[in-house]
Amino acid sequence: MKYIDEFRQKGIAHGILQKIHDISRKRVTIMEICGTHTHTISRYGIRNSLPPHVRLISGPGCPVCVTSPGDINRIIEFCKREKDTIIATFGDMMRVPGSESSLQEQKAMGKDIRVVYSPLGALDIATANPEKEVILYAVGFETTVPTIAVTILLAREKGIRNLSAFALHKLTPPAMKALLDSGEIDLHGFLCPGHVTAIIGAGAYKFLAEDYHAPCVVAGFEPLDAIHGIYMLIRQLEENRTEIEIQYKRVVTWEGNTKAQKIIEEVFEICDSNWRGIGMIPVSGLKLKSTFADFDAEKKFSLENTANEDLRGCACGDVLKGLITPGQCSFFGKTCTPETPIGPCMVSFEGTCAAYYKYNLSHVLHPPLTPYASS
Amino acid sequence: MVHDRILLSHGSGGKLSYQLIQEVFLKAFNNEYLSPLNDQAIFHLPTSRLAFTTDSYVVNPIFFPGGDIGKLSVCGTINDLAVGGAKPLYLSASFIIEEGILVEELKGIVNSMAQTAYHAGVKIITGDTKVVEKGKGDKLFINTSGIGVIQQDIHLSPLSIRPGDMILVSGSVGDHGIAVMTHREGIHMEIPVESDCAPLHELVHTVTSQSDGIRAMRDPTRGGLATTLNELASSSGCGMIIRENDIPVKEEVKGACEILGFDPLYLANEGKLIAIVSKDSASVVLDAMRKDPRGKDAALIGTVVDRPQGKVLLETSIGNKRILDMLSGEQLPRIC
Repeated sequence: MKYIDEFRQKGIAHGILQKIHDISRKRVTIMEICGTHTHTISRYGIRNSLPPHVRLISGPGCPVCVTSPGDINRIIEFCKREKDTIIATFGDMMRVPGSESSLQEQKAMGKDIRVVYSPLGALDIATANPEKEVILYAVGFETTVPTIAVTILLAREKGIRNLSAFALHKLTPPAMKALLDSGEIDLHGFLCPGHVTAIIGAGAYKFLAEDYHAPCVVAGFEPLDAIHGIYMLIRQLEENRTEIEIQYKRVVTWEGNTKAQKIIEEVFEICDSNWRGIGMIPVSGLKLKSTFADFDAEKKFSLENTANEDLRGCACGDVLKGLITPGQCSFFGKTCTPETPIGPCMVSFEGTCAAYYKYNLSHVLHPPLTPYASS
Repeated sequence: MVHDRILLSHGSGGKLSYQLIQEVFLKAFNNEYLSPLNDQAIFHLPTSRLAFTTDSYVVNPIFFPGGDIGKLSVCGTINDLAVGGAKPLYLSASFIIEEGILVEELKGIVNSMAQTAYHAGVKIITGDTKVVEKGKGDKLFINTSGIGVIQQDIHLSPLSIRPGDMILVSGSVGDHGIAVMTHREGIHMEIPVESDCAPLHELVHTVTSQSDGIRAMRDPTRGGLATTLNELASSSGCGMIIRENDIPVKEEVKGACEILGFDPLYLANEGKLIAIVSKDSASVVLDAMRKDPRGKDAALIGTVVDRPQGKVLLETSIGNKRILDMLSGEQLPRIC
């Protein structure tokens, strides 16, 4: 079995899209929370294939994008000040501009900043450089947290004392709640992230169906997964059902990965967290437990609070809340492009603006291609 | 050689430099133009239409599955000549060596260059060696320049591209990028990917001698297939539509891209040819490519259209169309 190609078949995709066109009657707005969904939907041109009355908007689901400007400034300030330290970070964080600089610029000026593909890479760096302090710049949602937790547990087990994490982890369900509580957008349902849900379990969204009457479908990230997930959501909305359904059954369960959950609980505890564009959301973040203070960069070093303001005119905050689409930002595609990003949504591979800019035909085709139409 | 490692004195111009040139470079590259060790090589050329190119190689690591920086530096320059329709004849080779590199490693790379050049029928006829202090370089950087001759009746240019032309690629894309990247980062793959690093001039000769319908050719190195097609679209003023399902990508490369978040259409290739050919000659060129071992997986991947001008569209595997932009930023640093 060609495991990738099976989920990218043209005939099946068109069959499901046809079904969506057949059953869809209501004008609805659906939010895909996850940046990887935004990427898939854009990369495969799915947005253009839906009926015009089905609106897909992108949510705060790119870990780089939701990291607050203040938290980016803090690591940059730290990096400017400290010598004999190595910052280990995921690639996308390198280019995110803070108020005055980025990690990429700091690296060009000679600071030791290294890209890791897994948090365990930071452990290797710490082992190889015992004379230096290694700080893992740990951003990410529930999917990334178990690997960070394992890295810290391994560091403790191996007696590696020169590794610490600047933990800025974010939790998905509280952000979804905050968006609905704000009353700023009229949302009819959520396409929920497959891999986050593989960890936390689909049961984590129960309150959205019960208390907010928002149907949810947990979908995978291949194009057929996304199209099928959208179909399941539209079917719920057309049948006036409000349920939590799992499209991504080959990976996601109702309970989630209980082993990963235990590891997270061992190392981290829930805290309030500052999200770009949304602000402080109660119980939406994770910080290291006090028993792991030796591995907590915030306790080990002084990471002073810095300015937490977006660049004037940058609309990333509104994009993250789904209030506007990237094209409605006055910078988009003009001064803000992937080569010269102003806001984080244009930087990250999973950022909404980057996905719209990279794949959307509308800014090069006038008039745009005819959308998929039912025959 | 007396020393196991390269010392700064090997770049001094004195006895050790002489010894290095005699025992490593001349031994490997020896030919009538190089052996007098003059400040220049003097030679005759059989035609007045020449192609001249230069390229620097900084790949990290210097040895990777399927090749090394030496083989790459010969193939890369041969290919830049070949895609212009030129028969490559002579190369120069300049080495910037970091103090401390093992002489055995250097010999391995130089011999690999000599072998690649020998099999390709080109001669390395002039060169230079410099040594920099430890920490001021990264083992080895190589620059090669090349001269080739072009037959009078071959005129390849993006300006000849017309709507209705066909787009061919000589084989699977993304192999080199994934081979170097996974080796550098120590990512173990169940099926290891080898670089496609290879000289293309024979494949080019095969297709140009079979058909006069070839408009333009390119080798999609840094920036990959997507960036090269965008460059061709931009310089020709035409649009292009390519079909994702028809682009050959090895299963193991697809798998690695999924894991690492890369798109194979943006990954570097070092032994692949893109040819834009007239509609009538597409099947002849495709057959000719497939009969050559370097082009056995060749495929017809798309067509040239009149609009959108200067842009490339991709028909995705599920049948929708989207823009295929140039590479933004650096997908992988120091890949060649």
